[in-house]
Amino acid sequence: MGLVFLIVIWLITLLSTALFIAKTWWLPLGASAAAPGIDHHFATTFVFMGIVFVAAQLSLGYLAWKYRDRGSSSQKVVYSHGNTKLEIIWTALTTILFVGLNLMSSSIWASERFHAAQANAVRVEVTGMQFAWYFRYPGPDGKFGATRPELEDASAGGEGALGLDTKDPSSKDDVVVNTMVVPVNREIEVILRSHDVIHSFFLPDMRFKQDAVPGLAIHMHFTPTRTGDFEIACAELCGMGHYKMHGIVRVVSQEEFDKWLAAREAEKQ
Amino acid sequence: MARGAGGGEAIMTTQESASRELHAHAAPQGFIRKYVFSLDHKVIGLQYYFLALVAVFTGMFLSLLMRIHLIWPTAVLPLVGEIKPEAYLSLLTMHGTIMVFFVLTTAPQGGFGNYFLPIQIGAPDMAFPVLNMLSFWTTFVGFVVLLAAFFVTGGAPLHGWTGYAPLSALQSSGPGEGAGADLWIISIAIFCIGALMGSLNFITTTLDMRAKGMSMMRMPLTCWAWFITAILGLLAFGVLLSGGILLLMDRNLGSSFFVPLVTINGQLTGHKGGSPLLWQHLFWFFGHPEVYIAILPAMGLASQLLSVFSRKPIFGYKAMVYAMLSIGFLGFMVWGHHMFMSGMSPYSAFAFSLLTMAIGVPSAIKTFNWLGTIMHGRLRFPTPMLFALGFVSLFVTGGISGPFLAQPVLDIFLHETYFVIAHFHLIMGVASIFGIFAATYYWFPKMFGRMMSETLGRWHFWLTFVGAYAVFMPMHYYGMAGGLRRYSQSTEVAYILNLLPLQKFMTFAAFVTISSQFIFLFNLSWSLKYGEKASDNPWEATTLEWTTVTPPPHVNFGGHTPVLHNGPYEYNVPGARRDYVMQTDPEVVKAH
Repeated sequence: MGLVFLIVIWLITLLSTALFIAKTWWLPLGASAAAPGIDHHFATTFVFMGIVFVAAQLSLGYLAWKYRDRGSSSQKVVYSHGNTKLEIIWTALTTILFVGLNLMSSSIWASERFHAAQANAVRVEVTGMQFAWYFRYPGPDGKFGATRPELEDASAGGEGALGLDTKDPSSKDDVVVNTMVVPVNREIEVILRSHDVIHSFFLPDMRFKQDAVPGLAIHMHFTPTRTGDFEIACAELCGMGHYKMHGIVRVVSQEEFDKWLAAREAEKQ
Repeated sequence: MARGAGGGEAIMTTQESASRELHAHAAPQGFIRKYVFSLDHKVIGLQYYFLALVAVFTGMFLSLLMRIHLIWPTAVLPLVGEIKPEAYLSLLTMHGTIMVFFVLTTAPQGGFGNYFLPIQIGAPDMAFPVLNMLSFWTTFVGFVVLLAAFFVTGGAPLHGWTGYAPLSALQSSGPGEGAGADLWIISIAIFCIGALMGSLNFITTTLDMRAKGMSMMRMPLTCWAWFITAILGLLAFGVLLSGGILLLMDRNLGSSFFVPLVTINGQLTGHKGGSPLLWQHLFWFFGHPEVYIAILPAMGLASQLLSVFSRKPIFGYKAMVYAMLSIGFLGFMVWGHHMFMSGMSPYSAFAFSLLTMAIGVPSAIKTFNWLGTIMHGRLRFPTPMLFALGFVSLFVTGGISGPFLAQPVLDIFLHETYFVIAHFHLIMGVASIFGIFAATYYWFPKMFGRMMSETLGRWHFWLTFVGAYAVFMPMHYYGMAGGLRRYSQSTEVAYILNLLPLQKFMTFAAFVTISSQFIFLFNLSWSLKYGEKASDNPWEATTLEWTTVTPPPHVNFGGHTPVLHNGPYEYNVPGARRDYVMQTDPEVVKAH
């Protein structure tokens, strides 16, 4: 039985490790300035934890086989209640590993989340509601116009869905769209809001995720580094249509972005 | 009820205390008092166990429906019909709630803890037998109320077992958020009350009812685990109970604890000023210790069984006790790691992350000591040992993904993906359930006087062990590719649709794993009647339950109180006449 246990546990361990290393399924190719740092730290954690995983499972299988009851009276059991010195060494080693990993990742977290966006960042307000995302640009005046809950009309879509107050002068030039368009290599400041329940704005390729919480306006930022269309998926259970609350962020060159935004603003005139 | 005067160090003479105990509650006669409203901790333990057994098969059936829906979304199933996306969300809500509360909290603690804690510490019963009966029947009512949610208008709630507000707080936020959601909250509140009563009983019993010679540091690690679990329960369930009451008020009395000014589909709800994050703080202040409530008893049991079947003392008894205490202590300071993406201050993520990583240290100590226990032993492989070894393997696998999720910077990507599902199912779900299986195979002979079939036990072990890995290992890959949990269909997001082959594999693996649980069910019922007759101590183990007759009589030790002379793990003691020394044998081992 010890041998069967060894074989099964070794097979499970080696097979699953091989599938990890093969990277058949892995994080998608990064498309933001934060991605290399995060991916690097993921890989570092992966290597250390992978070593612990393989070592622990292989030892478990080996020890179960090696110390199986062979039925002979010559097989001696070592009567021992443990070894304090080994315990201390082991405790110290794991503490160094876990605290070390934590400290390594802290600086990346700080750079992502401790600072406000730069002053010249492109500002986009992202609003989640059951079950759609809306994106608002402040227009040439640089100011988001007021929105009022009592004006909301979800079936109207666009500005109506957001409840934009057209009487507010600064709302006149606000642009509201269903697809997020941003320039490449510019910092994007996202102002996250929700009308109803909690949603989560997840851009896997950008290594970006943040819950949109009703009652809060959460300011975050990311910098796309590749052009193309990238998927947005809602990552917080928000009701029956959660699985289809998706969207697209289109990353384009600065010129294309300027042209696109100018055209949208012109439509407003 | 007799109590040792000096904090458990019984001062009364054995006879005196025994007579008082017998006076306190005599053996019941009628069927109702003996089997239904029994005060006997052993009957109550079995009641908890069988409640959990019904619950686990219910929860498993729901997960099967979910897995079928994930790969065949439009399939029309016999009896059930077609599963709609919102019904899928109801299934996952009920699956999680049933499994976490009525299986993982109920069987290891309420079931085995109730049955064996008093016996292992040499007590005639729990400290408060009436309270014990009440806590079971409260839990039972909670379960019935939860199942009722399926049958009301709108069906069961769709807000997930975590019930995040405002989704869970507004009747209009989706189907199932009407009466179903109210029943869900009421059920959890009832469960909390039962769990609080149970916790008080366990703590008092451990502190005050230990037999002479049973110092705290001579308790089997199972008793330590139940004791620490009870403390966690006492501190955690009260918070969930109050959270649940506030949520119920938000839903029905117009208060706004968790709901800010929100609109549903453009309609104002009349709420304003509440904080959705407050619910998350309250929920996870309970929710994270709950993970340890589920796993600690299994840890204690694994330690016990590895020592028994390696015929060797546990490696580092004191380290094991301190590790469990630090896990319990730290467990209350890490709830924020569930909220890194919630909008909570990013500075607090720092502290929560560091403390969460710190919990990895005592967990690693435990694994190290389990390996140290089997090393240089002489291993026997009956079914309970296989499940104990399987537990260690699953604990390592489930634990290893913890340090990924504990780092907020990695959580940016991994939060809410299947990577999380893999992590907590392996460590909190499957590993804990392996503890329940191990305990069943190990204690069945004591509880029912018969052995379970070894052949069926092995089949059950191998299919479940390989099957569980086949179901949950691919979830890591699915999550690393960005696959999101709580998505009823993968059709809408292109990159998630690409991952469908993995989902198919997991569903097929789930079919096999779930089917093999019927081997266990058959073994359990068949052995009750036809199993080989068990001796009083079939595993040649040292702890007190193996000194009683089988099954143990009312008040356990036949009216006398055992006196202990040895620690719980004295195997292969040099110079001893056989390879194990009972805790009640005359002292042969100097205190270690």
